Amino acid sequence: MRIESLEQFGAAVEAARQAHLAKGREIWVCCGTGCLANGSKAVAEAFDARIASEGLQASLGLYHKATGCHGFCERGPLVVIQPEGLLYAKVKVGDVPEILDKTVARGEVIPRLLYKDPTTKQAIAKYDDIPFYRHQTRVAMRNIGRVDPGDLDDALAHGAYAGLAKALSTMTPDQVIAEIEASGLRGRGGAGFATSRKWKACRKARGDRKFVLCNGDEGDPGAFKDRSIMEGDPHSVVEGMIIGAYAIGAHEGYLYVRDEYPLAVVNVGKALVAARERGLLGANILGSGFDFDLKVSRGGGAFVCGESSALMRSIEGRTGEPRAKYVHASDKGLFDLPTNLNNVETWADVGAIIAGGGAWFAGWGTQKSKGTKAFSLVGKVKNTGLIELPMGTTLRHIIYDIGGGILKDRPFKAVQTGGPSGGCLPADKLDLPVDYEILADNGSMMGSGGMIVMDDRTCMVDVAKYFLKFLSEESCGKCVPCREGLKQMLLIFDDLCTGKGKGGDIERIERLCKGMQLGSLCELGKSAANPVMSTLRYFRAEYEAHIDHKACPAGMCRDLTSYEIVEEPCTGCHQCVKVCPTEAIAGKAKQKHVIDPAKCISCGACFDVCPEDCIRFTARNGRKEAAHAHADH
Amino acid sequence: MSEHACVDFKPVDAILSRYPREEPSLIQVLQDVQRAYNYLPCDVLTRVAGELGVPLAKVFSVATFYKAFALTPQGRTIIKVCTGTACHIRGAPQLIEEVQRRLGIGPGGTTEDMAFTLQTVNCVGACAMAPVVIVGEKYVGAAKATTLATHLVQGGGE
Repeated sequence: MRIESLEQFGAAVEAARQAHLAKGREIWVCCGTGCLANGSKAVAEAFDARIASEGLQASLGLYHKATGCHGFCERGPLVVIQPEGLLYAKVKVGDVPEILDKTVARGEVIPRLLYKDPTTKQAIAKYDDIPFYRHQTRVAMRNIGRVDPGDLDDALAHGAYAGLAKALSTMTPDQVIAEIEASGLRGRGGAGFATSRKWKACRKARGDRKFVLCNGDEGDPGAFKDRSIMEGDPHSVVEGMIIGAYAIGAHEGYLYVRDEYPLAVVNVGKALVAARERGLLGANILGSGFDFDLKVSRGGGAFVCGESSALMRSIEGRTGEPRAKYVHASDKGLFDLPTNLNNVETWADVGAIIAGGGAWFAGWGTQKSKGTKAFSLVGKVKNTGLIELPMGTTLRHIIYDIGGGILKDRPFKAVQTGGPSGGCLPADKLDLPVDYEILADNGSMMGSGGMIVMDDRTCMVDVAKYFLKFLSEESCGKCVPCREGLKQMLLIFDDLCTGKGKGGDIERIERLCKGMQLGSLCELGKSAANPVMSTLRYFRAEYEAHIDHKACPAGMCRDLTSYEIVEEPCTGCHQCVKVCPTEAIAGKAKQKHVIDPAKCISCGACFDVCPEDCIRFTARNGRKEAAHAHADH
Repeated sequence: MSEHACVDFKPVDAILSRYPREEPSLIQVLQDVQRAYNYLPCDVLTRVAGELGVPLAKVFSVATFYKAFALTPQGRTIIKVCTGTACHIRGAPQLIEEVQRRLGIGPGGTTEDMAFTLQTVNCVGACAMAPVVIVGEKYVGAAKATTLATHLVQGGGE
């Protein structure tokens, strides 16, 4: 039913809350992209079928819902049983009857399905006791995993649109902006521009027709917070956008969603339909006299469209080429009209800030970076997934306490933050508190919150080359420094990784970096040198090993690396044989195996699975000492 | 044009009827065309240009700019190997090689029998399960070169 006034809104929230409380027990099945990939749809359907066929809703007061991403994707499918707060991981369809019979009906915990801490090896039953969740503070992700993204009433019962109701009923647009200013909120897409200043500029801009946009073109590889927010709690984004539009004086908006996120496109679309039906979007929202509506614009798969002016061109139906920044979007943005663009996470913070107050949000963080921030913690770390923490948390706390440390307890080498515009920070930076300025001062960037952890088996030259290749494919080609600079740098890096590096290459790379920083048109080109500059700054010895010794200390550059199995302690366990893609390893069971160098492609798959640590890599040119000397540190 | 005779305009006309006839509809229309035809046939683009009132050159500039679009027919099953950073350091390059070895096609290539097309994607946002391969609609997390073949066989069945 359409909500026509604030009184009706209050009543609708109360009704939703009562309906929620009346559900005695609930089973939450995570249906984010990660868990769906692991088979959670079938698990959800199995719960549905059993609950219906056995009438459990009536007998046990049992309800079931599909939620968004819990963030702990690697352990999916995840099932949470409420009100106990039990978390079951890697649940299969076959486990469903047992969960219903034992846990739901009799309160028995099934030890086999519990999460086991990779460090202590102990099983942990409660969601809130798991270190991965215990250390988190969630604002933008407050309702993800707790609400059914397809059910507006469920969202209302969990506080959605409370900030909007407060803003429309008790605050003027200027007061809304003042509250955001008090919160210290800065852009969560990476650049960290003060949100309130952006809004003020757009509010002041001349013109009756203005736009608010949401940047859901999360292109940084290794980051997926925006995907999870759009999939798991789209109403938090919609609420923020309505509040922003009210503050700015806009009546139209677009949510630009990456084409690579099909589930986000669907869930955001459903949220808009539901919000419109209930009178939260459209004319006269909640009877306040304020009109605002939103459309979804699907991206076309171009990284550069995450850049604000390129994104606006894309919504206009054109190629996503950026333009020079002296024209401000707040004056001339989408269709050359005043426009305000914020990131998904920024919008998701807004509703909570208005409801809870700016001072509440500013209670977290450092002097210049306030509040909490979402990160995707991935790479060579034990617990991978999505987390939200107060600004100023140290990298060590994130990687070791929440992430559980490095996979297979290998040595930590670097953490990459900020995507292709960011950099790699080495071990001696682990105690740095994470905020916008500190990351930038150390040659990296906040970016959209991707944190990719790297161990000693990651080649830093290869990582820099990876980003150059990424950027050279994604460069729109409009300006020469970016288009040609990346191409030339990539040629040099190809040489480095194939043993053709020569003296003077590092200096050539540095000159190209400087040229791109000075001469590129948009931030994509200006920041494209960052991954190269930061790896050169902290891992110069690795570059030199590639050039001077034709050796890859991490054993990842194939043309520079060869593998062999040492006599002791190979037990002939056969595991390396199973993973070798070219059948290059032979040997009888329980006898020493041998790698055939003619067939071996130096992929390293055997090295990564060997339980006895008896596979060695050496520089291909026979300079074992060069590879070892670096591999050992 | 040689394909003229065999292009069915019904799907594109149905798509066009759902959008306002203006330039901002272009990308959304092309996305639906890509989905309906599995690529962007030349004659269909001409129809889109005429109906939306956008010059054909502009339609082509958009069609070639965005990765979501292909101007040649794609395989019945599309294999997307994610090459995001997390997937890269957890072995995405080995997966691309494995597909190349098995099917004899490189990134962007289609098998002769039109069964498979291999694409690389710059991050599908499923980084916690790296490395990720998407076979058709199915996401395969923690993918391994040695077990990829089974997914290819399953993905190939229609």
